[in-house]
Amino acid sequence: MAFKNLINSKKLTVLFATLLLGGNQLLMAAAAPAATTEVSEEAQAAMWTGVGYYVLMFLLVCVGVAIVGRIVKVYDLTNQLQGKTATNWNNIMAIGFAVFLVIGMFGAFWSFIVQGSMNLPESASVHGVKTDNMFNITFGITVIVFIITQILLFGFSYFYRGRKDRRAYFYPHNNTIEKVWTIIPAIVLTVLVVFGFFTWRTITNSVDVKGDINIDVTGHQFAWELRYPGADQKLGKKHYKLVGGSNNLGVDFKDKNSFDDMRADTLVIPVGRTIRLNIIAQDVIHSVYMPHFRLQINAVPGLPTYFKFEPTITTAQMKAKTNDAKFEYLLYCSKICGDGHYNMKKIVKVVTPTEYNNWLLQQKPYLNDALKSELKVAGILPNDGAANQVALNN
Amino acid sequence: MSTISVQDHGVHHHDGHGHDDHGHHHDTFLTKYIFSQDHKMIAKQFLITGITMAVIAMILSILFRIQLAYPDKAFPLMETLLGRFAPNGRLDPGFFLSLVTIHGTIMVFFVLTAGLSGTFSNLLIPLQVGARDMASPFMNMLSYWFFFLASVIMLASFFIEKGPASGGWTIYPPLSALPKAMKGSDLGMTLWLISMVFFIASSLLGGINYVSTILNMRTKGMDLWKMPLTIWAFFLTAILGVLAFPVLVAGVVLLIFDRSFGTSFYLSEIVLNGKVMPFEGGSPILFQHLFWFLGHPEVYIVIMPALGISSEIIATNSRKPIFGYHAMVYSLIGITVLSFIVWGHHMFVTGMNPFLGGVFMITTLIIAVPSAVKTFNYLATLWRGNIRFTPAMLFAIGLVSFFISGGLTGIFLGNAALDINLHDTYFVVAHFHLVMGSAAIFGMLAGVYHWFPRMFGKMMDDRLGYLHFWLTFIGAYLVFFPMHFMGLDGVPRRYYAFTEFESMSRWLSVNTFITWAAIMSALAQVAFLFNFIYSIFFGKKAPMNPWNSNTMEWTAPVEHLHGNWPGEIPTVYRWPYDYSKPGAEEDFIPQTVPLSETMSSNQEHDFEDNEIGLEAHKQWIAANRKNEEVK
Repeated sequence: MAFKNLINSKKLTVLFATLLLGGNQLLMAAAAPAATTEVSEEAQAAMWTGVGYYVLMFLLVCVGVAIVGRIVKVYDLTNQLQGKTATNWNNIMAIGFAVFLVIGMFGAFWSFIVQGSMNLPESASVHGVKTDNMFNITFGITVIVFIITQILLFGFSYFYRGRKDRRAYFYPHNNTIEKVWTIIPAIVLTVLVVFGFFTWRTITNSVDVKGDINIDVTGHQFAWELRYPGADQKLGKKHYKLVGGSNNLGVDFKDKNSFDDMRADTLVIPVGRTIRLNIIAQDVIHSVYMPHFRLQINAVPGLPTYFKFEPTITTAQMKAKTNDAKFEYLLYCSKICGDGHYNMKKIVKVVTPTEYNNWLLQQKPYLNDALKSELKVAGILPNDGAANQVALNN
Repeated sequence: MSTISVQDHGVHHHDGHGHDDHGHHHDTFLTKYIFSQDHKMIAKQFLITGITMAVIAMILSILFRIQLAYPDKAFPLMETLLGRFAPNGRLDPGFFLSLVTIHGTIMVFFVLTAGLSGTFSNLLIPLQVGARDMASPFMNMLSYWFFFLASVIMLASFFIEKGPASGGWTIYPPLSALPKAMKGSDLGMTLWLISMVFFIASSLLGGINYVSTILNMRTKGMDLWKMPLTIWAFFLTAILGVLAFPVLVAGVVLLIFDRSFGTSFYLSEIVLNGKVMPFEGGSPILFQHLFWFLGHPEVYIVIMPALGISSEIIATNSRKPIFGYHAMVYSLIGITVLSFIVWGHHMFVTGMNPFLGGVFMITTLIIAVPSAVKTFNYLATLWRGNIRFTPAMLFAIGLVSFFISGGLTGIFLGNAALDINLHDTYFVVAHFHLVMGSAAIFGMLAGVYHWFPRMFGKMMDDRLGYLHFWLTFIGAYLVFFPMHFMGLDGVPRRYYAFTEFESMSRWLSVNTFITWAAIMSALAQVAFLFNFIYSIFFGKKAPMNPWNSNTMEWTAPVEHLHGNWPGEIPTVYRWPYDYSKPGAEEDFIPQTVPLSETMSSNQEHDFEDNEIGLEAHKQWIAANRKNEEVK
């Protein structure tokens, strides 16, 4: 009753209409500034024809479904009139599950073969081999469980489809079976936990991994900055409050170790040496992700993190292994960090130690001329020589 | 107080006038449909709002799927529809992230928490435990209206200049805390936070109500071990929600302080766009701990009601008792307890102490045990059943299939060593969309098909239901199965386009395929929506107990009355799963049938702690044996 009253109420209708119109106008107003790129009316018309076409297609499909539905119903009714049995939807659904099981298993198998082979190439780091072993063990166990349980689920659905003349088997519980299938998963998971725990500890508890080469990786929207230590093998300290001008990492030049630090565009690392990446972010959380090395750790502002690893395969070797001349190792961001999140990559090059030493010689110092003069003005570096003074006076 | 008054009202009223007199309620439109305090109407309100939100979130997902499938193509229609968010017919990268964020937020909170728990807890708790209404109908009403308000605020953020929140549904600071870090972290994020505070208020009001109704208002004979598994699931879900959601409020409020009042709870040493910010001493990891302390129980808040619903539906339609009722309850309890100590597995690579990571890994893999037990029990319930494939049953079986597929990949992700390389890739996306997305949605749809007659007094069309199921079921697998392999290749989630990476461009064809599978599943929902709306108005009238089910809700009259049962509330005498009991005439015995009426099917097991009954049972058997000998 009340519902009818509401529908009949003119005031409400008017209110609703005004709201709709008002809402539309608001929307249009919002859209207006964007539409400055004057879309021609023809293009608009073409677009709407396209939209209309798809809508029409969908409506046709709906009509088709409705007609098929009707035909099935009529067929059913005539069958019943002639005294035959009606369509047994129960059987059809059961057969559907059986078919789904077969096709689904085939599809899953196809996926494992075809898409599975698009997987990452073999691990290019020492610890990554352990990760991959762990993965293979887990995969083996879960795939077996996957296949068995899905077969049971759809198989039971098929074999025990309802019939009028049958009755289900009253079987409320069986403590022995229940204990068995509590304990077996518990044992399997314990094995996985133990293996996983030790793998995880060897990867992360890397105190005895030397960290021959320290490299600073700093993330900000939307790029990575790399800083290598100079001949002294030591990175200078930095502090976020020192960020400014050319010193965009905030390196502290009161620390003498920082004088020979270098900037790099590519993360070049020598094969067979242990690397320690010192990771931090300046603005928001980023994540250093190097999937070929099975390496990921977040870059968090205010919380320095690190990852120690040892590369085992050079880029050149990997190019040969993957049979892909364009292959490159990559470092990219995997934690949502803003609009440019999808384009935050660095190329990683694994090279032989000699190539590495040669490359290192060509790198530019962090403390470049522009930075030097800025620091002198600020009084952090001592002014040396009159030439500079003249320059400043100018 | 309100409880008593409602009960009195119901009893008095129906005794006095009979329930076929429709004019008697003196309900205006406002009190009947809008500010209703009747749990059945509130359930419908939750359901319809939930479905609306689900459709919106689904459309958002199709929008960003189109971007992923055709990263270089312009769609003029997008510009017409979205205006500045899709300049020149291509999604703006920031708006892409907004779509991802709001899709996740709406699906997790508004559809699968409020839409699922809100609908079925409200509908089923009073009806299945035998109560006239919720403990506090007024709080129940408030719960819906807070939820509605939260929905409106969340959607309103699409109409502000800088667009909705875009930091991902997990809104990690500092990205979400610095309004200048991205467009969505401005006013959009403020609205997100306000919306969530209202949402949590709604959730708490609901949860407290569910717990107190189940504990205090069960009808005579309904002890805890006679409750259907749906009620157990809703009960434990509500407890989880009541304990976990307040922590998110704390997290959210501190984030509001950081954003608006210059505190540094989560912020430290930040240089944004070359400018040094004054924040000092906070920790971004703290937010992640607070968020996941809710966030992980939250995924069980999402899946447990779905598991409860499917337990009920699988038992009813297999015409068999659920296998291992006690084990099912204990595994739910196990999941509830353990879900509070596993949150750290979302944070293995955040820089959290690695030793802590190892501990969380152990607890995480332990929680797989009760989940496995539940799966095996479902399979055992199907075994030697007499299965009736109603659409609800199809969706329940689909749920079990998703739960297995998605659950197994959880064993990879729960392993800290493997998570290093899988974290934040498409493998994670595939995992949780199967195990909590698809599975929980299937639970919700199963519930809608199963209890539609109870809600609206009409039947839904079966064949449209079949069509809906198969398209959705196949579509969901086609969408999420290939995503695992993208993840294994190191393709990260929340990427606007993969065009910048040559190594990822080979996944473009797969992305296109996934998008079309998603569009197919989305269009299949039209079959459901049509069926749902058409059946409300023109569906076949439902009988009182259309599925020959045992639970109490089917003993109430089809026409809704305030108070649920005319006259006295029926008494409960047995557990809810006496299906196909040997010796019984029919293949079901409702909970309200006393054991004395079913002497031929009683078993000794039915008389635990009931000496007199057992004596009578033995006498009856002895007498019967004599009769047979005489014959």
